[in-house]
Amino acid sequence: MFSDIISLELKKFKKIKRDLNRVSVSYEEINEKSLLKNLNSKLELERLALKSKEITDSFFGKTVLLYAPLYISNYCVNGCAYCGFSATNRIERDKLEDKEIEKEMIALKEKGFDTILILTGEDRIRSGVEYILKAIKIARKYFSEILIETYPLEQDEYKKLIDNGLCGVTLYQETYDKNLYFKLHKFGPKKNFEYRLNAIERAVKAGIKEVNIGPLLGLNKNFDFDVYMTLMHAKHIQNNYPEVEVSISYPRMRSSVSKIKTYPVTDIDFVKIICLSRLFLERVGINISTRENAYIRDNLIGIGITKMSAESKTTVGGYFQNSSDLKQFEIEDSRSLNEIIKIIEKKGYRPEFTNWVKI
Amino acid sequence: MQKHFEIAGKKLKSRLFIGTGKLPTYKIIPQMLSRSKAEVLTVAVRRINPDSKVENILDYIPKNAVIMVNTSGARNAKEAVRIAEIGAEITKTDWIKIEIEADTRYLAPDNEETVKATKELSRKGFKIFPYITPDLITAKKLQDAGAVSVMPLGSFIGTNKGITAKTLIEPIIKEIKIPVIIDAGIGRPSHAAQAMEMGADAVLVNTAIAISKDPVKMSEAMSKAVESGRMAYETGILKEEDYAKPSSPLTDFLNN
Repeated sequence: MFSDIISLELKKFKKIKRDLNRVSVSYEEINEKSLLKNLNSKLELERLALKSKEITDSFFGKTVLLYAPLYISNYCVNGCAYCGFSATNRIERDKLEDKEIEKEMIALKEKGFDTILILTGEDRIRSGVEYILKAIKIARKYFSEILIETYPLEQDEYKKLIDNGLCGVTLYQETYDKNLYFKLHKFGPKKNFEYRLNAIERAVKAGIKEVNIGPLLGLNKNFDFDVYMTLMHAKHIQNNYPEVEVSISYPRMRSSVSKIKTYPVTDIDFVKIICLSRLFLERVGINISTRENAYIRDNLIGIGITKMSAESKTTVGGYFQNSSDLKQFEIEDSRSLNEIIKIIEKKGYRPEFTNWVKI
Repeated sequence: MQKHFEIAGKKLKSRLFIGTGKLPTYKIIPQMLSRSKAEVLTVAVRRINPDSKVENILDYIPKNAVIMVNTSGARNAKEAVRIAEIGAEITKTDWIKIEIEADTRYLAPDNEETVKATKELSRKGFKIFPYITPDLITAKKLQDAGAVSVMPLGSFIGTNKGITAKTLIEPIIKEIKIPVIIDAGIGRPSHAAQAMEMGADAVLVNTAIAISKDPVKMSEAMSKAVESGRMAYETGILKEEDYAKPSSPLTDFLNN
């Protein structure tokens, strides 16, 4: 389990960082030392992007996978200082009933999506495993690829969901800095750092096909630490469970919508992070959500990213029925799926809608 | 004019098979087939979207093309069999490329599981084209299991490194009776020609065509290389020699 080696990785990080002056920048094969050096250096971005594009095209082809998120419940018992769905926020709470879930899914299918990401807040009573299971069973009627982003589950719970059609699990550690993690997660089951950290491996042991991990950039003053640890985490999964497809997301916090102090990662650093992730782990999937604006998203097509969400709503439901509840975070790119398809094609890439077989 | 060759009961002219997974658009498929004269296309079952509201690759494949579905994404024989059956049903083809990759870093085929899946699917009457890490013994087992061809990799998928596994593929070509198709690693026309010169029956190219600046043009370039490589093989390739061979040998007078 990654929790067993995280302290070793932490030591390694500190040691490399201490001797960083003796490491040189690299644009070719990247190891842990040059990765950290590069993260902390001014780089020739064009050169980096070209290399990143070359590798991405070779391994993923001229394609970008499109998926849609569906929030089915925003009940949450956690107190994450940065989140719109935090338990202390006095917002309208809602969860979709079976029929509503089905209507939302049909609406997404009609638009053309074939990959769905089902999201819930953490509430084992109001959105328990049985509730998630029901949503997966409905999704199975319409989608080839079903992913979830919920609270961490037990291995046998993941197994049950996988047996019913679940393909992938997304779970962000938010930050790999344990002290900061405790500060940001004041109460609720999410306080358990290790339980969350190892959830991905529980899912893998239960037989999941794909996992997606990542930090929430902007929480940690030192983004290099969270990027480095995310990559070590991804590498750990790839090396120990080579049959699993590993992806990374780098959601960025925006200071304008946050109640806590954030440390925004600049566009230059963001591009650097994506390209370096590609060079370090050539076959890792890299995901970009509608948290990023259209300008950034359009220009990153072909430079390392492999998956994009589109036409997202971060309210509960919202595709079939309009919903005005508070959002988990602000959507920066609200263009329709058709507009996104056109942009991808204009860039010389093919929008891909499915990565698995409807079994 | 190329001669026909027979594979899985079909007579084909072109020894170039083309993969579709990495193409920038499916719209170019008809043009690609007409320029390259390729007749066989591979399609990943996991990329077919039969109830799609947006796009379905099958709408772009001309009626006269042969579809070979592949089971990419399968991690074991059981998944491969299931995917193959679904793919055959959707596309109405019985040409199945078994692709079982248990390592997503190298996309390395799992030969053992591939043999298992081949046995089961051959028994059910499908034409099986197993994708393998080149290994003579595995190839023999596949032949015995009823495969119609074997597809050893030249190098790992997407690496464009050419036929780096040459010494492992050569005995397969020599010893195996069913057609041998070199798959993966072919990055440029010279690699394709080399495969043909070695005596491979066909090649399968995806990445090198799909991600080139002009896939249609590159498919034609590959096709020409395949054709000339094959023509040379059929004519008889000269041996490489360690010493110069003068056109008028010194001891020629002894022959008088």
